[in-house]
Amino acid sequence: MKSTDLVDQLSQRDDLPDFDAGDTLKVHVRVVEGNRERVQVFEGVVISRRGSGIAESFTVRKLSFGVGVERTFPMHSPIIEKIERVTRGDVRRAKLYYLRDRIGKKAKIREKRED
Amino acid sequence: MANKAIVGEKVGMTQVWDEDNSVIPVTVLRIRPNRVVRVKTTERDGYSALQVTFGEKDEQKLTKPEAGHFSSNGVDAGVKLVELRLDSVDGYEVGQELTVETLSENLRVDVTSVSKGKGFAGAMKRHGFKGQRASHGAHKVHRKPGAVGQCATPSRIFKGKKLPGRMGNQKTTILNLQVVQADTEKELLLIKGSVPGPNGSTVLIRDAVKGAV
Repeated sequence: MKSTDLVDQLSQRDDLPDFDAGDTLKVHVRVVEGNRERVQVFEGVVISRRGSGIAESFTVRKLSFGVGVERTFPMHSPIIEKIERVTRGDVRRAKLYYLRDRIGKKAKIREKRED
Repeated sequence: MANKAIVGEKVGMTQVWDEDNSVIPVTVLRIRPNRVVRVKTTERDGYSALQVTFGEKDEQKLTKPEAGHFSSNGVDAGVKLVELRLDSVDGYEVGQELTVETLSENLRVDVTSVSKGKGFAGAMKRHGFKGQRASHGAHKVHRKPGAVGQCATPSRIFKGKKLPGRMGNQKTTILNLQVVQADTEKELLLIKGSVPGPNGSTVLIRDAVKGAV
């Protein structure tokens, strides 16, 4: 047990699915526009998951009109309404930064076979 | 000087979210109730302060003078005796308990503690000197301070010259830190930003003396 757990427990979430690098996620993000709040979906591949405990974060990469867009979310951030796991990816490493240099078919990640 | 003060222990750093959903880095301080052991007044002692203690200490581990000091004031023995300098000690009495409630949210505070010792540190680390070039003939002088004075006049080094030496392990005060949360139930105080010293060190907290910036 970490000494700051008493504080961390309050903001730690337990409603998030289990996912790893290579998985495709739909991240439902709360967006505040003026005084209105709506939910935006950011769908893409998880290319990294780093840190531990309350400070953990993950990066999702997607292609938007041919341009690569990456967004890093703190894992326990209240702006995340929910996370849906779309597919599980079959990858051999924990950080998929090599995807940044690839386009088209080469940037595709095989889906993990659930046996 | 301060109007209110309290003593606690540094627990560690973590983060919390504010109402705008942005992350605030916080230092967690554990503030166990402070018991006033003695009230020092200007008339009697030449300055005004509260001598407080916190926590519990096994009676067998107390020295005779400590035990006598606590028992003659009728206060349960604590782990440490700390003095909190205050502008005025009116209204404080021996045996009174001070809790985290003393400090409210969004209050600006000053935090005093003993910083982490760095040992014998060079001029770059200790004073932020730039050091010397990496190449172009530089030989074994990359982190050295360089010239420290003049020649035959004055043929000495001026006092106070910044040189390598012991760094850290000094009483350090950080001014105007913001209280993020004061949790009476858990006896915790969250302060925005960092606080000097290692985890577990004794930390003095007082309301800001120089006013919020």
